[in-house]
Amino acid sequence: MSSPASQPGALRRLLKNPKAIAALAVLGLIVLLAIAGPLVFPYAPETTTSAKLTAPSAAHWFGTDLNGRDLFSRVLQGARVSLIVGLCGALISFLIGTTYGLISGYVGGRTDNVMMRLVEVLHSVPRLIIIIVAIFTFAPRLEGFLHEKWPEMKGYAKVLIIILSLGLIEWLSMARIVRGQVLTLKEQQFVLAARALGQSHTRIILRHLLPNLIGVVVVYLTLTIPAVILDESFLSFLGLGISDPQASWGSLLSDGKNAINPIRSYWWLLVFPAAAMSLTLLALNFLGDALRDALDPRARR
Amino acid sequence: MFTFIVRRIFSLFLVLLVAVTASFCLLRLAPGNPFTQGERAITPEQLDAEERKYELDGSLFSQWARYIGVMPNHKKEFSGLLQGDFQPCLKYKDRTVRELIDQTIPVSATLGALALLLATVVGVTLGSFAALKKDKLADAGAMFFALFAVSLPTFVVGPALILIFALWLGWLPVGGWNGVSSLVLPAITLAGPFIAYISRLTRTSMLEVLGQDFIRTARAKGLAEKRVIYRHALKVAILPVVSFVGPLAANLVTGSLVVESVFNLPGMGGFFVNSVLNRDVFLCCGTVVIYCTLLVLLNLVVDVAYKFLDPRITLDE
Repeated sequence: MSSPASQPGALRRLLKNPKAIAALAVLGLIVLLAIAGPLVFPYAPETTTSAKLTAPSAAHWFGTDLNGRDLFSRVLQGARVSLIVGLCGALISFLIGTTYGLISGYVGGRTDNVMMRLVEVLHSVPRLIIIIVAIFTFAPRLEGFLHEKWPEMKGYAKVLIIILSLGLIEWLSMARIVRGQVLTLKEQQFVLAARALGQSHTRIILRHLLPNLIGVVVVYLTLTIPAVILDESFLSFLGLGISDPQASWGSLLSDGKNAINPIRSYWWLLVFPAAAMSLTLLALNFLGDALRDALDPRARR
Repeated sequence: MFTFIVRRIFSLFLVLLVAVTASFCLLRLAPGNPFTQGERAITPEQLDAEERKYELDGSLFSQWARYIGVMPNHKKEFSGLLQGDFQPCLKYKDRTVRELIDQTIPVSATLGALALLLATVVGVTLGSFAALKKDKLADAGAMFFALFAVSLPTFVVGPALILIFALWLGWLPVGGWNGVSSLVLPAITLAGPFIAYISRLTRTSMLEVLGQDFIRTARAKGLAEKRVIYRHALKVAILPVVSFVGPLAANLVTGSLVVESVFNLPGMGGFFVNSVLNRDVFLCCGTVVIYCTLLVLLNLVVDVAYKFLDPRITLDE
């Protein structure tokens, strides 16, 4: 297997791929809107007005919700929360998963055996139990801690808890993938040579193994972000996620779903958040695909 | 083959033990308890009495040992999972876990089986089709559809389908559990993301197989292209799909909470999630037992199916 890091032109191949360009453009636009949007647009997402449940119009592009709040602003605010949750959750899972997999694969033997059995145990327990227990265990402590030390951050407690819980559950596959890679890499000649030269384990891990793992890890990271965003929306669906007046795409969708009934369908409450979220997930999945194509040595043929 | 199956059945008990133990301990250690009804708090004395009644008093180890059935309970009897006793529900007190599972399994299993069938048939067809038309518009279209399907959460697809097919067009019922027609929309919703995974999996593996020597041989000896694909290539290309479908089936059959709640179906998924939210250890561990058993057994079926699909594979490690 050739190593992704030593592949010149992975980036160039990526930028030649129209799928990747389109995905990057869409993502860039969404991130830009999420950051700058709330500063530019006239309605604050929390402002309630008497214009309740109005259909999309020139004044309110995406219509208004049950409390007369402008849905476009809410979707932009939701973008901030969802993107941050996805990114940070994926980063946490990346840090834990890579470290765990590296140690497990590199040390090998009995340690590897024990560490991988632990991953299997965590896999066999339904994820939902772990996530919910984590939320209920962390929530009071973190809120108490923020209340004492950092009162201005208190409103973000829920977001932090969700990031932590999802990050702490999503690393399992990453650990497995990294371990598998390390197992094959460490038997290769350049690692044996480095060891024969008397390099320390830390140096071998940092200088020789890690750069060769980047390809796989980056691809997997891109695919973890949409997974975490979906997880958060699922928690919001259960009423455990972000709650009013804050918004995430998940919480907007779960509100929107409740607005679909046989008597009157406030379709815009479901359609616009769904469109924003699926567009983002679609772009991220596309990017992950394109990255895999660019970094996969077999694709170089 | 025989020793392989025996070994797998043995490992089933190990997996069950580990999963039940982990779920049991997590739920007992989490803050909150199953006996608080609504918002009303209960006094410590009441809590003690309830915990004693349901054998949830004493140390965590002894609670666990009594639940598993390796330690006698207050009545000096062994009555736990090993003796086949799933205990009563802690939240719905007039029912036992066994009753609830018996009632909900048929709903979840029918829906799950239907969704599984749909996901496999449509996924494999779509995937092989895309592989045959590689780099053409149809391939791009099929793969775009697949990515699109993964990018939509089921609780959006569900209401959207209800909106279109039940409310606007009036072709199918909105929800509920009566007859096959009420299962069409839930099955499509549940199968959606898995159609996507399976079709991508099939496409990749089909492309790999089509490049191999035995396909070239088959073509060289003048077999019709259809026969090459469906008799020779698909049989090997389907292997990764088979191993994906095993664990998937366990997931689908034990129910998807979202789909069940969107379509108002009385399945197992909803009870599982509520059991976790209510800290109902007995109900939760009961569903975990069902889930893990299905998971291990279906994986066994997958491994045996592998052997029949690809004779090169040997099962004895």
